[in-house]
Amino acid sequence: MNTLVQTLIDGLVIGAFYSLIALGYTMVFGIIKLLNFAHGDLYMLGAFIGYSLLSLVTGNGEGAAGLLGIAVVLLLTMTVVGVIGMGIERIAYRPLLLAPRLSILITAIGVSLILENGSMAIWGAQYQVYPLQLPQTGWSFGGAQLTYTQVAIIAISVLLMAGLQLFVRHSIYGKAMRAIALDQTASSLMGIDVHRVIALTFFIGAALAAGAGVMAGAYYGTINFMMGFIIGLKAFTAAVLGGIGNLPGAMVGGLLLGLIETAGTLVLGGSWKDVVAFSILIVILVCKPTGILGEKVTERM
Amino acid sequence: MGPKTTKLLRLLLLAAAILLPFVSNNYWLDVATLALFYVVLGQGLNIVVGFAGLLDLGYAAFFAVGAYTTGILMTVYGWSFWLTLPVAALLAAGFGVVIGAPTLRLRSDYLAIVTLGFGEIIRILAINLSITGSASGIYGIPRPAIGGYPFSSQKDFYFLMLIIACLVIAAVSRLGRSRIGRAWAYIREDEDAAEAMGIDRVRMKLLAYSIGAIIGSLAGCVFAVKMSAIAPLSFSFMQSIMILLAVVLGGLGSISGVALGAVLVIALPEMLRSAEEWRYLIFGAALILMMIYRPQGLWPAGQEQAADEREAAGDGAKSVPM
Amino acid sequence: MAILSVQNLTLRFGGVVAVSNLSFAVEAGTIASVIGPNGAGKTSVFNMITGFYQPSEGRIRLGDDDLVGRKPSEITRLGLARTFQNLRLFPNLSVLDNVKSGMHSRTRQGVWGAIFRTGRQRQEERLITETAEACIRFVGIEEYAGRAAKALPYGAQRKLEIARALATQPKVLLLDEPAAGLNYEEKEQLIRLIGEIRDSLGITVLIIEHDMGLIKRISDKVTVLDYGRKIAEGKPDEVLRDPRVIEAYLGREEA
Repeated sequence: MNTLVQTLIDGLVIGAFYSLIALGYTMVFGIIKLLNFAHGDLYMLGAFIGYSLLSLVTGNGEGAAGLLGIAVVLLLTMTVVGVIGMGIERIAYRPLLLAPRLSILITAIGVSLILENGSMAIWGAQYQVYPLQLPQTGWSFGGAQLTYTQVAIIAISVLLMAGLQLFVRHSIYGKAMRAIALDQTASSLMGIDVHRVIALTFFIGAALAAGAGVMAGAYYGTINFMMGFIIGLKAFTAAVLGGIGNLPGAMVGGLLLGLIETAGTLVLGGSWKDVVAFSILIVILVCKPTGILGEKVTERM
Repeated sequence: MGPKTTKLLRLLLLAAAILLPFVSNNYWLDVATLALFYVVLGQGLNIVVGFAGLLDLGYAAFFAVGAYTTGILMTVYGWSFWLTLPVAALLAAGFGVVIGAPTLRLRSDYLAIVTLGFGEIIRILAINLSITGSASGIYGIPRPAIGGYPFSSQKDFYFLMLIIACLVIAAVSRLGRSRIGRAWAYIREDEDAAEAMGIDRVRMKLLAYSIGAIIGSLAGCVFAVKMSAIAPLSFSFMQSIMILLAVVLGGLGSISGVALGAVLVIALPEMLRSAEEWRYLIFGAALILMMIYRPQGLWPAGQEQAADEREAAGDGAKSVPM
Repeated sequence: MAILSVQNLTLRFGGVVAVSNLSFAVEAGTIASVIGPNGAGKTSVFNMITGFYQPSEGRIRLGDDDLVGRKPSEITRLGLARTFQNLRLFPNLSVLDNVKSGMHSRTRQGVWGAIFRTGRQRQEERLITETAEACIRFVGIEEYAGRAAKALPYGAQRKLEIARALATQPKVLLLDEPAAGLNYEEKEQLIRLIGEIRDSLGITVLIIEHDMGLIKRISDKVTVLDYGRKIAEGKPDEVLRDPRVIEAYLGREEA
């Protein structure tokens, strides 16, 4: 019983990370139909920039950051990575929006390589220890542990996702995003600044991934320049699971994938964790390619 | 580039490739052999990415399937090298169909991410299964022999690979200019229109993906006996990316271009040893810059095709002036 | 005898009914037209006949074959070819290669044949080239044969699309607004071309068109759609005088 509860808790935390990253995937896909392979690397970049900022604040982990300090670092990191996300769109993707889809996919691979190896050049290839000590205390129910940190991560993630949902539903930008997703040409004819809205989408997606990156760094304690590769794939799986292009779908898909994966690890052992996730991806694509909440994607004639 | 210069250039390159072992030291011969592996892998991937326009990000997985099939069959079951080839080809085609059949019905960019996942699964399997020797891999793979002549020296393997590379180049280029190759081009240009013209897109994509898989796995078989030891590290995501880079750099769909790209991807890092750490960073930048400024590659398919067609017309093939 | 027939065809997108309980038949060797105002569901009908959309209800028959549930490529193989409203050529390929695509379903050569250049393969390649060249000559764009499709003038691109469809050797040819964007002279050529397709190739033609003048001159029979329903059918002169048709096109007076 307690292992089951523990699985549920751990799965929720991992699922929250997946959801946050999956949101960026799904938003960018929804608006310009691009699978942004570099998206997982923005999560990694967030972890590293958060690491550098935290090192500044705490003096290499010797001082305490304080709740306010951590909050400031989190927001600052999200902003910086958000801007980097916009820069990537501007430099690498925008010139290719009208080119064959293959070109822009290959470019995304190039961006991913640059982010990974650029980070390696800056921060080194070895694992870095996050300069932050989080409380290991919390509540325990008969053997299962729920730490304050886990609660905080889940709370922040829920807050971010709720904020995004509100923004997309009710702001003029959100409406513009949905309009562009439906028909880019018509939107631009109606006076929507398409490029600006696309840039904003990249900003939000990158910022959410960066938020997940900082939290994951703090939660797991170590970070590495390749940490975004696999998680990017899994976040994509989560996005497909929920129905690609669908925001609530990405959230549900992420949480669900986190739970399934944690349960799968429990049954099969840690080394099969990734195989479980990818097998889910393939099974979903075979059985229900539109995902759980997705609407029908027919390519327009 | 005129047709005559192209033909001459190809002959010169072939002559240089034949003479290379007699002037080169073992180190550079080894580099050249590796480049030939990339030529073969690049042509295989070229069918998928260049001809059919499908992005495959896990191509190294098929290389791994070939290498491990040969490695396991030869070391555990004592098979002859040559008998492992058809088994590897069948296995690779089987994997290609299993991965491709569900995915290729969907948007084509799904294939990219599924193949990426597949590449990782194969690597994780290789690390975790005992039959593949776990992380340390398989070693002591015997050398192949033809009619009592064993392949053992650097030179033997270089020539073996040179022959294979020439055969693969000839086969892929003939395929590209056939009914099948045209069907791939139609799908690449406009899927719906191709389907409306009576081309079964799922079937043709699956065919491209499987033929690519077979070529990749055959390269893997030779790789296993050449290295005599294989480990999961050789079949990482970066391997897939390097092969893709060779195709993109040389020119999507261009046979000569891909061969050139393969040689560049291997030779350049060797020449820029001092920039070792920056290698992948440079590769990443190269992919982006190529796509933005020269998507047709260094040796584009258009030029090559024009030259080939004029050549074919000169060969007495029927060309009706209309 | 009806070569193509549509019975009780209905197409729903979610709650919207794009085509409702539509039936019509096309006699072999004739030119039939489907007309109607924008959004009347004409292209949806085409897309269902050619297998790009699955009808919600109804049957479609080509000769003795039932077409519902088949893939577009299969339907083409059974003898039904189409053009697209907004030209869908293979833009970077030559005119000749564009037209060769039509021969794909009429030939069989596979991987082995291609790699070993077998005798049968070379024979087939010759047949493909000859047929494609004949189709190019038939529509009259032989001067462009070696050029990339995207480099052709618009009118020639329209003809190229027809040549490509003819290369599939169809029993029935579906033309989706073939006159859209053509000037007067090009329209005259198109009218002659469609007539020749019926008369000298013996291919049945089904056209979707806006241009009443063109419809009037070449159609043997006209079916009028409005809001996905058939509102009139018959000879062009009669149909175009029908008050319901005039109302659908010009709007109700009280509106």
